Amino acid sequence: MSTLSSTVQNVFNEPGCGKNQGKSDKERKKGCTKQLQPGAAAGGCAFDGAKIALQPITDVAHLVHGPIACEGNSWDNRGAKSSGSLLYRTGFTTDINETDVVFGGEKRLYKAIREVIDKYDPPAVFVYQTCIPALTGDDIDAVCKAAREKFGRPVIPINAPGFVGSKNLGNKLAGEALLEHVIGTEEPEVTTPYDINIIGEYNLSGELWQVRPLLDELGIRILACISGDAKYSEVAQSHRARAAMMVCSKAMINVTRKMEERYGIPFFEGSFYGIGDMSESLREIARLLIERGADAELMTRTEALIAREEARAWAAIAPYRASLAGKRVLLVTGGVKSWSVVAALQEIGMEVVGTSTKKSTAEDKQRIKEIMGEEAHMFDELSPREMFRILKDAQADIMLSGGRSQFVALKAKMPWMDVNQEKHHAYAGYVGMVEMVRQLHLALTNPIWGQVRQLAPWESTTLTLDSPVAADAASTAQVEAA
Amino acid sequence: MATVRHSKKACAVNPLKMSQPIGGALAFMGLADTMPILHGSQGCTAFGMVLFVRHFKESIPLQTTAMSEVATVLGGFDNVEQAVMNIYSKSRPAIVGMCSTGLTETKGDDVEGYLKLTRQRHPELEDTALIYVSTPDFKGAFQDGWAATVLRILQVLVEKPAAPREPARVAVLPGCHLTVADIEELREILESFGLDPVFVPDLSGSLDGHVPEDFSPTTIGGTRREAIAALGSAGLVLAVGEQMRTAAEWLGQHIDAPVQLFDRLLGLGATDRLMAFLADHSGRPVPTKYRRQRSQLVDAMLDGHFYTGGCKVAIGAEPDLLQGVGQFLAELGCELAAAVTTTDSPVLEHLPTEEVLIGDLEDLEAGAAGCDLLITHAHGRQMAQRLDIPFLRMGLPIFDRLGAAHRLALGYRGSRDFIFEVANALIAHGHEPHPDDWRTSDAPEAGAAAAVA
Repeated sequence: MSTLSSTVQNVFNEPGCGKNQGKSDKERKKGCTKQLQPGAAAGGCAFDGAKIALQPITDVAHLVHGPIACEGNSWDNRGAKSSGSLLYRTGFTTDINETDVVFGGEKRLYKAIREVIDKYDPPAVFVYQTCIPALTGDDIDAVCKAAREKFGRPVIPINAPGFVGSKNLGNKLAGEALLEHVIGTEEPEVTTPYDINIIGEYNLSGELWQVRPLLDELGIRILACISGDAKYSEVAQSHRARAAMMVCSKAMINVTRKMEERYGIPFFEGSFYGIGDMSESLREIARLLIERGADAELMTRTEALIAREEARAWAAIAPYRASLAGKRVLLVTGGVKSWSVVAALQEIGMEVVGTSTKKSTAEDKQRIKEIMGEEAHMFDELSPREMFRILKDAQADIMLSGGRSQFVALKAKMPWMDVNQEKHHAYAGYVGMVEMVRQLHLALTNPIWGQVRQLAPWESTTLTLDSPVAADAASTAQVEAA
Repeated sequence: MATVRHSKKACAVNPLKMSQPIGGALAFMGLADTMPILHGSQGCTAFGMVLFVRHFKESIPLQTTAMSEVATVLGGFDNVEQAVMNIYSKSRPAIVGMCSTGLTETKGDDVEGYLKLTRQRHPELEDTALIYVSTPDFKGAFQDGWAATVLRILQVLVEKPAAPREPARVAVLPGCHLTVADIEELREILESFGLDPVFVPDLSGSLDGHVPEDFSPTTIGGTRREAIAALGSAGLVLAVGEQMRTAAEWLGQHIDAPVQLFDRLLGLGATDRLMAFLADHSGRPVPTKYRRQRSQLVDAMLDGHFYTGGCKVAIGAEPDLLQGVGQFLAELGCELAAAVTTTDSPVLEHLPTEEVLIGDLEDLEAGAAGCDLLITHAHGRQMAQRLDIPFLRMGLPIFDRLGAAHRLALGYRGSRDFIFEVANALIAHGHEPHPDDWRTSDAPEAGAAAAVA
C-alpha cells in the first residue's frame, strides 16, 4: 500500500492542477482527501474512475480482481465506441470468494491472467485492484510482474481500489499506471511532423469520429487518443507525438503534463463542443504543430477548413434558431462540459439559467464567468429536490445532465437531454453541434409536453381535453417547427 | 434430474451474477418511506444505483456509508452513525435499511452493535426502524441478498399478534424474480378470491414508473412499516420462489400461520395449482375470468407448440427464474440445451436437463452454440449477436429495452403472453429455405461448387 499512497500523494501534488495553484504549500501537502459524507454522497469510486479512463483502450483485456460486485454489477455500461477490437466490452473478473478473502487471491489472479491470455490472446492485460484484495494484501504488482515474465506480454497493474477516493482520483491513478507501465514502451514505425495526441477523450457515442475526418483532411495524424478508440500499441507509442490536445483536464492533466515534462510534448486544453471552441481547437493544434516543425501552410489550410465547416454548421443550425432562442437551460454536469456546453448553447441563443460546478476546477469556473458574466448562477451542490423545484416552477425549459438525474426532470414533466457518458447521440465537432441543436429542438417541441401536463378529466371539472388552459399548455410546447 | 456443477475457472468472463448487497438494497426499495444504504465504499452504491436506474428507468434511492481506506481499517462506526443521522435529518424516513458489503465484512464491522450505539446516542431515532443485513459480495448472489433481507425485514418488523386473527389477510413473500407486473397480477388474483394480500416487499408500488406529485429522496411507495408490523394477525403465508422458503417458514412459525410455497407461477399446471389452492383456502370458486384466461392459455399452447416443440434453448438466470422459465419451456416441448445459473439452490437438481452449471455467460455462450433461442438478461446481447440466434431478455438487468418492470410472466395471462413472446422471437428469426440447404457436405456437387467459388 505504501507505493499506492505515494502515488496518490503524487497525484494530489499535481502542479498543473488549477486547484493546487491556489493553495499554499501546507495546504497542498494535505492533498485532496476531502472526506466523503456518509449518507449524503453520490458518485463513483476510484476503481470506477480508473476503469472509465482505460476501458476505451479497445484491444486490451480489462481484468477486475475483486468480488462480483465490482465488475458483475457494472460491466457493459459505457458507450465508448471502437473501430476495431471489441475485447474491451468483455467483462473479466476473478469473482473472489470467501477462501480468497481468508487465504489471499493472488494464485487465483495469476491463473485468471493465464486463462485470459490463453483464450483471448490480447496484446496486454490490465489488472484492476479493488478494495477487498487491497485490504487483505494481495500484491497485484508482484502477480502482474510474474505473469509478464511468464507469458511474455504486458500485464499492467492498475492500483486504484475504490476506497482510496473518488472517481476523479481513479482517472488520475489510471493515468499514472499508463505513465509508469505503457507510454514510451514501444516505438512507432514512422513519425511525422503532423502527429498529435488527444488526451482525456473517450470516444463516447463515437465523438472522436466526428473530429477525426477533419484532422485527416488536414493531414494531421492522431498518434494516440488516450484513451478513446485506442489500441494498446498506440498508447505505448504516444510519446513520439509532436503536440497534444487535452480534452478533459480533470481526468488526465497528470498524463498530459508529465508527457510534456518527460518527452517535450507541448499541449493546450481545448474542447470539441461548440462551433467556436471547435475552431479554436483546430487552430491551436495547427499552431502547436507548426511550432514543432510542421509547414506553416498548415494554418492556411486549417483556416480554410474552419471557414467552410463553420458556414456549413451555421446554415444547418439556422432553421432551429427561432424555436430555441431564448429558451432557458438548467445545466447539471461537471468538468469541461460545464463551460464548453454553455458556450455551445449560447451560440444558438439559449439562456443558461444555472450550471453546476461540483466537479469543476477553479479554471473551469473562471471560464464560466468569462462566458456567462460575473452573476453566473453556479451551483456547487444542487440537490435533486432543488433541481425538481427549479423545473417544476418552470424556471428552466429544459435540463441537461447525466442519466442518473434525468428522472428529476422527467417527473417534473420537463424536457431533459443527456450530455453525459451514457448518451446515445454524439455532439462533438461541427456535425455534433448541429446534432445537439437538433436533439434540443426535438426535446423541447415534442407534442407530449402539452398532453402530460394536463390533469386527468376527473381531477378538475373545468379541465377537459379542449379547455383553454390545456390548449395553452399544448401551444407552448408546439414551438414553431423548423 | 440435473447434475449441478460449479465452474472451475479462475476468471469469470462476462458475469451473469450480480452481488448480494444490491439484491438486499432492491428488497428495501419495496418498503415505503425507506432509504437503503450499502455499508461500503462509494463505488459499491454507485454501481448498484446505475444498474437499477438503467433497468427501471427511475430515480433510485440508495445511499452509501462512503468508507475510505482509513475508515475501513479503523472500523466503520463513525461512518455508520453519520450516514444514519445524515439521512435522518434530511428526510426522516420510516426505515433505514443497511446492507453490508465485501469490504466491511472483510474488516469484520459489528454493524448491529454500531446501530445499537447510534440509537443510544440519538434518542430522536426512536421512531425510525434500523434494519441491518449481512450480505458480503464474495458469497452468494443477488437472489441470496434479496432473500436474506426479506427475512431480516420480517424479523425486525413483524409483531406478535395482539389483535384477533384476520383469516383473509395473506402475507405474500415474492422472490426477486417477480416483476412489478407479476406482483400486480398476483395481487389481483388473490383479491379476486376475497383475500387481502400484503406483499413484503412490494416493488409494484415503488418501482412501477408512476409520476408522483412531489420529489422524495426516499422510496415513493411500497409496503408500509405498519402493515408489516400487523402481519402477526395474517391467516396465511404465501411465498413465491424457493429463495423465500427460509423467510416464509420463519414467519409462519412466528405468527403461527400455515405456509404455502410455490416454486413457480408460470405455466398451466403451476397456475392450476395456485387456483386450486386459493379456491380451497378461501372457500370460493375460481372466478369466471380465470376460467376464460385458462382457456386462452390452453389455446396459446396449441398455437405455440408448433414452434416450441423440439426448440433448443439456452438459459442463463438466477435459480428461481431459471426454474420457472425452464420448467415451463420443457412443458412446451423445448429442450434445455444449456442452463447456467449464479448460486446454489435446491431447485436446480430438479430441472429437466442433464446439467446445470453455476457459471458465467462465457459458459452459456459455449453451450448456446447451435441453440434456437437464448434467454438471459440484457448482458446476453453481445453473445446473441455473435451466435446469431434469437434473444429473449429475462431477469435483471434489462437496460437496452423499455418496460422491464411491466413484463408479465405469471398466472394464466402471463403464461399465455410468454408463449407468444417465445414463439414470436423464433418466428422473427425465421429462416428462408435455400436450394443448398439439404445438400449433404460430402456430395460431389457441393465440393465442385465450392471449388468454382
